[in-house]
Amino acid sequence: MHIIESGNVAAATGVKLSRVQVIAAYPITPQTPLTEKLSEFVESEQLTAQYIPVESEHSAMAVCIAASTAGTRAFTATSANGLLYMNEQLHWAVGARLPIVTCVVNRGIGAPWTVWNDQQDSMAQRDVGWIQLYASDHQQIIDSVIKAFRLAQTVSIPVMVCYDGYLLSHTYMPFDLPEQSEVDAFLPPFVPKHFLDPENPGNFNTVTLPDVRPGVDGTMRPGYIEIRHNLHQDLRAALDSYAEIDREFEQRFGRGGSPFVEQYRCDDARFVAVAVGSLSYQLRDVIDTMREDGIAIGVMGVQMYRPFPDQAVASALAGKECVIVFEKALSYGNQGPLYSDIKSTLYRMDDRPIIHNYILGLGGREIKTQQLLDALTESCARPAAIEDTPRWIGLKLQEEHHG
Amino acid sequence: MRKDIIEIRWHGRGGQGAITAAKIVANGAFACGYKGVVMAPTFGTERRGAPVFTSLKISREKIYDLSPITTPDMVVVLDATLLEEVDVVAGLKENGLVVLNAPPPASNYTFGGARVAVADVTAHGVEAGLKPGIVNSGIIGAFAKASGLVDIDTLARAIEEEFTGKKPELNARAARIAYEHTFIGE
Repeated sequence: MHIIESGNVAAATGVKLSRVQVIAAYPITPQTPLTEKLSEFVESEQLTAQYIPVESEHSAMAVCIAASTAGTRAFTATSANGLLYMNEQLHWAVGARLPIVTCVVNRGIGAPWTVWNDQQDSMAQRDVGWIQLYASDHQQIIDSVIKAFRLAQTVSIPVMVCYDGYLLSHTYMPFDLPEQSEVDAFLPPFVPKHFLDPENPGNFNTVTLPDVRPGVDGTMRPGYIEIRHNLHQDLRAALDSYAEIDREFEQRFGRGGSPFVEQYRCDDARFVAVAVGSLSYQLRDVIDTMREDGIAIGVMGVQMYRPFPDQAVASALAGKECVIVFEKALSYGNQGPLYSDIKSTLYRMDDRPIIHNYILGLGGREIKTQQLLDALTESCARPAAIEDTPRWIGLKLQEEHHG
Repeated sequence: MRKDIIEIRWHGRGGQGAITAAKIVANGAFACGYKGVVMAPTFGTERRGAPVFTSLKISREKIYDLSPITTPDMVVVLDATLLEEVDVVAGLKENGLVVLNAPPPASNYTFGGARVAVADVTAHGVEAGLKPGIVNSGIIGAFAKASGLVDIDTLARAIEEEFTGKKPELNARAARIAYEHTFIGE
């Protein structure tokens, strides 16, 4: 059954269908309607869960860590500075290998204050060790939330489901509502290997020595570096797990088949635009226009950013002449984070595409389709050279400051 | 860029229900086979009573561009006092349509070459049994008559669904009365 609702309601409904047991959240624009909807679901007993209001995002994640350690399915959501305030606990959640799912409703970071969309908040968390999924429309939001819970408990790594603030969170569009019975069959209850249990006392995440050491039972236990190595290896292996989960989801729900990158008119393209989230869909209209003018161009949306799906990206971009990366985030003092990652993926190729980088839409600056058309047209005609300083779209700099 | 998308901008005041009205029309349009429906409210902060607008895009195909409407095919105005504060026809396409909550005749209002449709939605809401000031159901009737995009029966059903538990029949009646009393200028 299709319904027309906001992206936040799509996310909340996905959380409800996933039968989450503990929700802890602190409201922040543009995430607020998502957690309001969840509290309504709990209050009206459509969802049997504990909703724990907290005084901060740091505490929200702390509650999720406790709930997950006790063996329950836990969820929170946040945006921008709220996500940053949660940062220390984000590291703890992944180090403790807890299958928490968090929605990040992407918003620019203050100072100066902004409530509007860009993707700096979640992109700045790329090295924490969480899995990151990005949705381009409401269907992908609700489907990704359900898949995220399955992935998180399969690989014991927490997952962020990210979607654009306002552009998706507050916009209404139709999406299909999965049947509860189908979701139940796809997503079994969370059965932890270890959990807080008064009958079986144990230590969790105590001080870990630099070297390996014998445990209380006499067997050798890993040191810190082994534990961290295993996290990295498991993240790499999570790529295969997610491909399998996506296949199973597609068989059951009829949607999916592109877990890592979503390609549009890329097969015979000489040029490929790349973006994350709703921008990758907005670019489709531009691609259609350029195709009408005879330019062989396509667009690729990146749907999983961590672990980075380098093989999927490499096979999508192999043999192309130019790759044009549009980003609503920046590694300040260097270049767009996705641009760096794609460039590193292309490095191993003998016949590498040229790669361009555009920064746009920060703090909610409207991205006009015409601007995307102009940038792409220019990139397709530009002399073949890699530029490591990104170009900016739509800047309105004042002469007296930069003349 | 795409020619197949019908763009409708809704003007109201914060708290007046312009977003709900646009959402109901979105549901009605989807039920009538428009697969692409996107409704994007004004992004950011909203205050009660302040002018707000919301963008509704409708197409037979999926819509990918979520940016606000700048060149609408139609504008719907829930409150005629907005005309003194807001340029409601900004960017309106040539031969566009303005649907206005105001007493007839339509000839009282001119917006360049735009077609103008009026209905006294505020009065018809009271006539239907609603509290004075409820205009977001009635305006849908005027929109249905003037635009011809979605039939009134589908929209009345969409109104009843949206207003479940909040006088659904009276709101649908307000839309039907407004539909019958919408006057389109030449």
